[in-house]
Amino acid sequence: MVKRVVIVGGGAAGMQTALELKSRGIEPMIVERDIELGGKVRGWHKLFPSFTPAGDVLKPIAERIKAERIRCFLGQDVVGIASDGVTLRSGERILADAVVIATGFTLFDAHRKQEYGYGLYDNVITSVDLERMMNGGKVMLADGSEPRRIAILHCVGSRDEKVGQRHCSKVCCITGVKQAIELKQLFPTADVFNFYMDIRMFGPGYEELYREAQEKYNVHFVRGRISEAAETINKRIQIKAEDTLTGRPLRMTVDMLVLLVGMNANYENGDLAAKSGLSLAPNGYFMAQNSFLGTVCSECEGIFFAGAATAPKSLADTLAEASLTASKVDEFLRNKFPSWQ
Amino acid sequence: MKRASWQEYQKDIADDKYYYARSCIRQNFFPGSERAFLNILANDLGKDIYDDPLHTSCTGIGYHSDVVPLETIMTVVARQFALMAEAGYENFISSCITSFGIYNEVLSTWEEFPETEERTRRYLKEATGRELVKPRSIAHTSDVMFTHRHSIARKAKRRLVNIHTGEPLRVVEHIGCHYAKIFPKSGIGGSEFPYVLAGMIESWGGQVVDYPERRHCCGFGFRNYLAQANRGYSIANSHKKLESMAPYKPDFIVANCPGCTMFLDKWQYAIAEMDGTIYGADGKGIPVLTYEEMAGLVLGYDPWELGMQFHQVDVEPLLDKLGVEYDPKAKYLGKDGKYIGEPKPVAVNCESERYIYEMKENLERW
Amino acid sequence: MAVTNFGYGINRPRAIDLDTNDLRKSRDIIAEMPELQTCIGCGSCTASCTAGNLTDFNFRKLHTSVRRGEYKGAYEEIGKCMLCGKCRLVCPRGINTRGLVMLLKRKLGDF
Repeated sequence: MVKRVVIVGGGAAGMQTALELKSRGIEPMIVERDIELGGKVRGWHKLFPSFTPAGDVLKPIAERIKAERIRCFLGQDVVGIASDGVTLRSGERILADAVVIATGFTLFDAHRKQEYGYGLYDNVITSVDLERMMNGGKVMLADGSEPRRIAILHCVGSRDEKVGQRHCSKVCCITGVKQAIELKQLFPTADVFNFYMDIRMFGPGYEELYREAQEKYNVHFVRGRISEAAETINKRIQIKAEDTLTGRPLRMTVDMLVLLVGMNANYENGDLAAKSGLSLAPNGYFMAQNSFLGTVCSECEGIFFAGAATAPKSLADTLAEASLTASKVDEFLRNKFPSWQ
Repeated sequence: MKRASWQEYQKDIADDKYYYARSCIRQNFFPGSERAFLNILANDLGKDIYDDPLHTSCTGIGYHSDVVPLETIMTVVARQFALMAEAGYENFISSCITSFGIYNEVLSTWEEFPETEERTRRYLKEATGRELVKPRSIAHTSDVMFTHRHSIARKAKRRLVNIHTGEPLRVVEHIGCHYAKIFPKSGIGGSEFPYVLAGMIESWGGQVVDYPERRHCCGFGFRNYLAQANRGYSIANSHKKLESMAPYKPDFIVANCPGCTMFLDKWQYAIAEMDGTIYGADGKGIPVLTYEEMAGLVLGYDPWELGMQFHQVDVEPLLDKLGVEYDPKAKYLGKDGKYIGEPKPVAVNCESERYIYEMKENLERW
Repeated sequence: MAVTNFGYGINRPRAIDLDTNDLRKSRDIIAEMPELQTCIGCGSCTASCTAGNLTDFNFRKLHTSVRRGEYKGAYEEIGKCMLCGKCRLVCPRGINTRGLVMLLKRKLGDF
């Protein structure tokens, strides 16, 4: 008899987990809140550290999902999770032999850092806005002109007690380096300044890319967090920071300010966890069974995790984790149903 | 204005029945403003507001200058609250931003460290025989004016519009640091985009100027300007703000803090004397108003009754733009109509510059 | 206009102002030695500096300031370097720090 697994979330983690399960002879089903699969990667321009177009990764996965005829419930909100299935907002239950939580993360809402004027000042944008601009083929200021001086601010909504986000979102630093290089490629004579608290280059090729940004592209890295941004009379952005390496305040006017928005836990995690007996880490992400051998297992038998539901992760890590999740689900089903296959 | 975030920072401000706590600085530098506030609330809006002769200074200046200990200021604050309760009121409103910060700070300290509240109760009882009753609500008087801004707009005799051009007046609003930088939730609009004055300006037809150094402190800072050796960096803050706002050619500045109103006004004179820079149009300074003066002009009060002759920077050019009729000769008449003398005109004012040099000669001789 | 002396002045901001600083010389220096931009501010150069251990000479701070367009006094300051070369041995980014001393001396004589 075929074993069925319901996957909550149809982003990169959910889709890849579905494909991995399918290849193991397990029947996956995806429940996605959005009306389309793809999650946060959809609409992304290029991926760090190799500048691979995001579509080159996402498209083959999506095509295989279609080719494998994996059942997808789109535009459906999951309000309850148990080891034997999930409950949709409509009250309908989808029954399964195991459940995978691949609900990902929520982007930090840059409006909350009011001191940066996002939503108020036209030329203050987020890293996501910039990615969409690049994807649309045109990066420009609100008046259509080219930026000559750009500041990129790291850790917006990460490592910040003031917005209740103490954790590091992990991927923003490398995204900031990637976007700085892309901006220098687009506007070679522009000056790009990255304002950072720490630079965390954890992945393969990241440190090398950071060095390339500095040496080859002459991107300026200033260790100091921008304290506030304000619009000048000619619609430029005045910023203040401390250049901590010289121990002096620093001020400058830029044409564009890019906020590297962090990855926050989904607001709904609390409710889902409370109903299903799962627990959350202090940062609001789902808590894995343990940090070494049970990173994709939950405290409840039959409920598993994939991707950024448990912590901020890069796309590469998310896709790799999907295989592990599928293997753990497979192992669980074999133990539970010894007569199966 | 795109600032929608102010709506996220709302607080309960009582609609009526206020216990009024005055400000030390304002009673001396803007006595007309406090009088105007009481008149507007009681006469124009028909509210019950009590101006209690028994209350004292909150001792905030002494506290921030390291001469009044925390226990003392807590007991003084407790006495103000006790007086409020004895007078039969629950809604405490403070005319001063420093005091407003103090009241919030003390209430919050009592909340977090209940033993300090108990100790204060004991001190108050021993020293005065009074009982501490905490207010039901606490607000700054600009919050109250903000709450009633639409009622004032309905009764307005004029709007914040230049009668010669029909354009809205460009207004720089300056918020005292202790209004919302200590407790962002205690201010309308929070600390980044306080809306308390901007809301009044917009309701009364003016246009708010958003300039880069809008959030910057005026530099008052208590112990900083009190010591002459520190005044150089105190004045540098107002200088920074004036430099930043000047390109927007504001018609006037309005502030809700006693110190800021005084500093932004009087430092314009000091800067003009020190490095010759004058920030307003036609070689005159930028008038600096209290929000009561702004409301008073809108409601048709006489500028001299509002105490606008106390300003360093003359307000006549602004009155002319607003189309306010005033008697120039009445500017320096006392309450009984007798001439009370007038200050010598100086830089940033409307009159002859020869006085500047005369004054300098005097200084040199001195 | 005569200036009145009230017994205090108007303090000038001590912020590094990248709008008013003339960055041409800084760009010139970086163009000659792009590896300078790879400095991660670890402080190894200052820690190992013979001069820095005996005077207030801080090589890391000095070249960071120069990159921000703060040239005043840099030429005189760099004179404190004894050119021992220890900093170059310890730099984890492999920056030719000794060469940088010579470069700064060559470029900043006018400031």
